[in-house]
Amino acid sequence: MEWKRKDLIGLENLSKEEIEIILEVADSFKDVSTRSVKKVPALRGKTVVNLFFEPSTRTRTSFELAAKRLSADVLSFDVSSSSVSKGETIVDTAKNIEAMKVDCFIVRHSVSGAPEIISKNVSASVINAGDGCHEHPTQALLDLFTVKEKFGKIKGIKISIIGDILHSRVARSNIWGFKKLGAEVCVCGPPPLIPKDIENIGIKVTYHLEKAIEDADIVYLLRLQRERQKENFLPSLKEYSFLYGLDIEKYEKMKKRTFIMHPGPMNRGIEIKSEIAEKEKSLILEQVTNGIAVRMAVLYLTIGRKV
Amino acid sequence: MDREEILEILKQMAEIIEKEIGLDNLVIIGIKRRGAIIADRIKEILKKEIPVGYLDITFYRDDFSKIGAHPVVGTTEILFDIDDKKVILVDDVLYTGRTVRAALDALIDLGRPKFVKLFVLVDRGHRELPVCPDYFGKKVDIGEDEMVEVRLKEIDKKDEVVIVKKWNGKGKTL
Repeated sequence: MEWKRKDLIGLENLSKEEIEIILEVADSFKDVSTRSVKKVPALRGKTVVNLFFEPSTRTRTSFELAAKRLSADVLSFDVSSSSVSKGETIVDTAKNIEAMKVDCFIVRHSVSGAPEIISKNVSASVINAGDGCHEHPTQALLDLFTVKEKFGKIKGIKISIIGDILHSRVARSNIWGFKKLGAEVCVCGPPPLIPKDIENIGIKVTYHLEKAIEDADIVYLLRLQRERQKENFLPSLKEYSFLYGLDIEKYEKMKKRTFIMHPGPMNRGIEIKSEIAEKEKSLILEQVTNGIAVRMAVLYLTIGRKV
Repeated sequence: MDREEILEILKQMAEIIEKEIGLDNLVIIGIKRRGAIIADRIKEILKKEIPVGYLDITFYRDDFSKIGAHPVVGTTEILFDIDDKKVILVDDVLYTGRTVRAALDALIDLGRPKFVKLFVLVDRGHRELPVCPDYFGKKVDIGEDEMVEVRLKEIDKKDEVVIVKKWNGKGKTL
């Protein structure tokens, strides 16, 4: 099968086979980052632009390193000092940069759908690096890659995603990705933060952390955004941490071969007790490492698509 | 070229390696896929513990903008240090020289070998880059409309080398 897409907007509209191609290509990129010369010339002469309308250190750094390890030139567009603050629309901003002949935009925006709007207006590739509550496809792809590396497969793996499912683009992309590849997905969190009728898409729902972790192969903790308390979704952070935070006691009760994942940045003491992040069951830093290989694969495939 | 002839060529190559190049600090690196199999076979003939690695050159090709990303990519498997090593680089067919150019770039990103010698089973001419083999099994002079196909039993069920017409796929044994 051939990769034909110009953009990567989300996992919802990717086929199982397309996801598998990305994971396979990522696998061949993984060793590049462990060599003394951490670079291959695959995207030499291509220009990649980071277009981040919302702050992010990790994702932007990861994309930047991925592009550089493919020998592309990378430009990071600082939105705060740009014409966006002078009233330019996102489409005009993208079109103006595209007029300087660039090959790919990596877009993060607080509004769901912004990367898709840009992708329809430019001929360069557009990769969604997180849009509002919609999707964060490369995060889910690196999570799939990490699980596949640990278990050798995705099919049949039980993953419990814990936290604010309602507002989480990471949860959305992961639910699509893991479901498409045949995993059993369970979501868990306070009732106001679980979307209504979500079980209708074929996933389990529980409001009790103990139930979510007792049988899971992967316990996936989402970052709790503190501002949700101000919006009255939560009575208090303390209560959330008590009911849904992973502490040592719950950690000890997990199966021997259960792993913990987190998309970062962690709120130590809220969704995860500080000492657990460094435990042997934690895959958190492996996720970060794998992020580079997965993003290299996405850049390589979208920029190098068959035209 | 049939199974016996291929074996004979590889035996001669093994002999040259042993006598002229020497086995100390020697590594054999095959270009995927068929070069990798030939590299394995030379090692088998030598009957010594010589490190063998496999090189995948997908990300080093120079035709990316022409034909795009290759969705089928392999992995380079060289699990040893190549610094100061004597490298025998192995491929099945030498044609334009572009594969060898890419392989050399890939190799040099992994370290600094003492030297690299190139061995190919068949040299078919029509070079587009200044590359020539140090050792070759057979040299053939064929037209641009023809292709040399090296078939090895690990992939193709049978050992043989044939010349195939590009336009109809009909072949004759080399």
